[in-house]
Amino acid sequence: MAVAERYVGKPVLRKEDPEMLAGQARFTENLSAPGMVWMSVVRSPFAHARVGAIDTSAAEGMDGVVAVFTAADLESEWGGPLPFVWPITEDIKVPVHWPLTKDKARFQGDGVAVVVAETRGQAEDAAEAVKVDWEPLDAVLDLEEAAKDGVVVHEDLGTNVVVHWSHGGGGDQSLFDTADVIVKERYLGPRLIPNAIEPRACLAQSVPAMGEFTLITTTQIPHIARVTLGGTCNIPESKLRIIAPDVGGGFGSKLNVYAEEALVLALARRLQRPVKWVETRSENYLATIHGRGVLHDVEVAATNEGKILGFRVKELADMGAYYQLLTPGIPELGGWVYMGPYDVQAYWYEFTGIVTNATPTDAYRGAGRPEATYVLERAVDALARRIGKDPAEVRRMSLMAPFAEAKTSIMGLNLDSGNYPAAFERALELAGYEELRKEQRARRESGDGRQLGIGISSYIEMCGLAPSNILGALRYAAGGWDACAVQCLPDGKVVLKIGTSPHGQGHVTTWAQIASDTLGVTPDDVEVLHGDTSVAPLGMDTYGSRSVSVGATALHLALEKIKDKARVLAAHELEVAEDDLEFEAGSFHVKGAPDRARTIMDLAVSAWHAHALPAGFEPNLEATAVWDPPNFTWPAGTHVCIVEVDTETGATDIQRYVAVDDCGVVINPMIVDGQVHGGVAQGIAEALFEEARYDEQGNLMTSSMTQYLIPAASEMPSFELDRTETPSTTNPLGVKGIGEAGTIASPPAVVNAVIDAVSHLGVTHIDKPASPERVWKAIQAATGGSGGSRSERGGASGSPPRASGGAS
Amino acid sequence: MTHVSVTVNGELREADVEPRTLLVYFLRESLGLTGTNVGCDTTSCGACTVHLDGESVKSCNVLAVQADGREVGTIEGMASNGEMHPLQDAFHRNHGLQCGYCTPGMLMAAASYLKENPDPTEEQVRESLEGNLCRCTGYHNIVKSILDAASQMSGARA
Repeated sequence: MAVAERYVGKPVLRKEDPEMLAGQARFTENLSAPGMVWMSVVRSPFAHARVGAIDTSAAEGMDGVVAVFTAADLESEWGGPLPFVWPITEDIKVPVHWPLTKDKARFQGDGVAVVVAETRGQAEDAAEAVKVDWEPLDAVLDLEEAAKDGVVVHEDLGTNVVVHWSHGGGGDQSLFDTADVIVKERYLGPRLIPNAIEPRACLAQSVPAMGEFTLITTTQIPHIARVTLGGTCNIPESKLRIIAPDVGGGFGSKLNVYAEEALVLALARRLQRPVKWVETRSENYLATIHGRGVLHDVEVAATNEGKILGFRVKELADMGAYYQLLTPGIPELGGWVYMGPYDVQAYWYEFTGIVTNATPTDAYRGAGRPEATYVLERAVDALARRIGKDPAEVRRMSLMAPFAEAKTSIMGLNLDSGNYPAAFERALELAGYEELRKEQRARRESGDGRQLGIGISSYIEMCGLAPSNILGALRYAAGGWDACAVQCLPDGKVVLKIGTSPHGQGHVTTWAQIASDTLGVTPDDVEVLHGDTSVAPLGMDTYGSRSVSVGATALHLALEKIKDKARVLAAHELEVAEDDLEFEAGSFHVKGAPDRARTIMDLAVSAWHAHALPAGFEPNLEATAVWDPPNFTWPAGTHVCIVEVDTETGATDIQRYVAVDDCGVVINPMIVDGQVHGGVAQGIAEALFEEARYDEQGNLMTSSMTQYLIPAASEMPSFELDRTETPSTTNPLGVKGIGEAGTIASPPAVVNAVIDAVSHLGVTHIDKPASPERVWKAIQAATGGSGGSRSERGGASGSPPRASGGAS
Repeated sequence: MTHVSVTVNGELREADVEPRTLLVYFLRESLGLTGTNVGCDTTSCGACTVHLDGESVKSCNVLAVQADGREVGTIEGMASNGEMHPLQDAFHRNHGLQCGYCTPGMLMAAASYLKENPDPTEEQVRESLEGNLCRCTGYHNIVKSILDAASQMSGARA
């Protein structure tokens, strides 16, 4: 008999594409409802200001205006504040965060009132006519300054130092006193603006007769939004339906529950009309979360030969003015990877979370792990420079040996599997590392105006979020499982309903590939439904590179259940014992008699008409499975960046970028490569271009795409990719996840390359983003030129300043 | 309100709009052609790129009244007779899109550029996309798609 084609492991073209390529995507902004009105938010122009009287009369009289509401007007709508679900310590201080602020604005963009009007233009015009009697206050933006509590953002908390968390350490801490070499560095990780190209949008409708509400929203997390928004808006979870239609990128910025989502729901209830809101890009920069915003002090202990013995890291993390969904949990997520892929004997990590008068921070692609990797990989290069050794050699002698079974790491969690030297050596080989060093030496000797720099970054990430029991131990409010239901229909098609919720990752195709191989159908036969809590009610959504390792494993288990059920029916129809059947590619046949066969889809018809089922057999061929992973997954890899730095101008030009990643078993190599491309590009942007800057009053200086430098195609290289494949031991598919790897690995690879290009001139430190100005100043400072003193914060000298406040 | 009549994807379309209405909102709201997306408010991202008399323009930077009496091409009109345009096909085959939000603008910009320069180098393609931002793909497969389409289209002409 013919064996059906297998799809897993092949670059199957995306099922998602045709409608998107035709301009038929269903983005939230494209949707509307009869009788719909528009909301606009009146936002604080000040970073810190008391809210006095609000005069809404002028706005209320304007054309098309339906209503204007202040925070006080809407107080009765709320069952509680906006959700914050990760109180990481027992004594964490939690700022109260309402959808609109009543007493004072705590960041530029904090909402104080809303206007509802017949059109978007009318709503926006009227919002400008709302008069607020502001009393501006001093703002605090600098982390160390904020920790002194001269200006307190939340008076009721009494301090800006809201949380201190420590991993607690592992191994022999005395190594940080006794090792041959101790390198101390301080690194700044500026705030970043995620910039999904689709701005946020939401549309709420109420169904009065049923007491039900539907919210269509640009979210990565419809399920988490349902349970949490239900609480904020006083709507039973059973009466709230959340739909994430096509979502135009997220990168963590849509892994959140926002004030505007609560507001449109409350207004739909108050006004009994559908209410829509669409974010402008300017609002996005103020009112959608920022990422990073960290300051690290790191110590590396090592032998004189360059064997890394340990990392000790203390971090200050900018929470912004409030917590969003996960805010203080983000540094903690990084807190488990500050050993990197290295076989260290000592580990210490702690961070202090500080509130400031700035946009709240939260998960941005990689969430804690890029911050960690940047610090480690910069520090490893600093170590190599200190002892005069090749940075590749230092890494080579310190990488963990390969392991195929799970083992406990020095930070206390189990690593699933890893072969870090394999990816490392492959990356160096692909880059032609030795040749590059030769070329670099030649250019240095000739005093070339364009110097070559080679930057390496080896990383490990913690993905597949997450084992529910560990999340519980870490005080996260929810679990980390996911769920999938598979139905085989009598027309030969398959419906697959899954709790993960994509926003560009190609899940529909990937899940269809997996289902096709078990069921003996083609990906075109599989309809994947997701992102609607009424259709796929069970799930924990998409973030943390979890969807394939948790969601697709649930799918795999549901397929196994279908197979088990179908086997009973096949044995019945073929009149043999179940043990006499063999299964291959969607079909059961009698051992030794391949023509006596029943495909699963044949059996789906029998199970559906149910005319002749075995006793006790439940009609229909369908199954649901829920998977709670026993461990995280731990992808890893090595990236190499090759740059030219113009020593006259400080400009950096990326010549080549080599990435070798190990995400375990690959379902669709085309999609995996695409995830690496995009992730690396975001990391290059972080390394060279992007930085959210505020002035001292808390005005966002990089307030639009004209000031915040998102790279275009001309600023990106082509990428050279390869993979190693070390199957995960966490799940039966052997998959690890790839969504964040590029963003985690690339910033230090790029910055290390830039510093490497000019290190022979004496440069040892350049902060992110390594702009031409910063590079030029660093060269001038190192060579005694006139251009730059080391006035910018950061540097490799001296003992690290202690985190103030709660750090102890 | 001002009356505008615009030939959109070969069809005469008319509507009354406020004089301040941008072309992109005329397309999206008056005509229901929501394939053209809006990603910023500073003419930076290029998600709203359409063709005006055959040239690519950012439709957030053109008033609907400026398009009066002229021809506009949008993503909805890119395929013909149910066949994808070679660029659409190349984006599909080369995984040139992920979330799909920048994609209509990318396709419109690329279509107009390939008319100007049917046989571009990689560097030229990258330069030509300076006004179109993508946050998902790192541009790698977008560039690959456009080069692939250029070669398909020149093959078809030969």
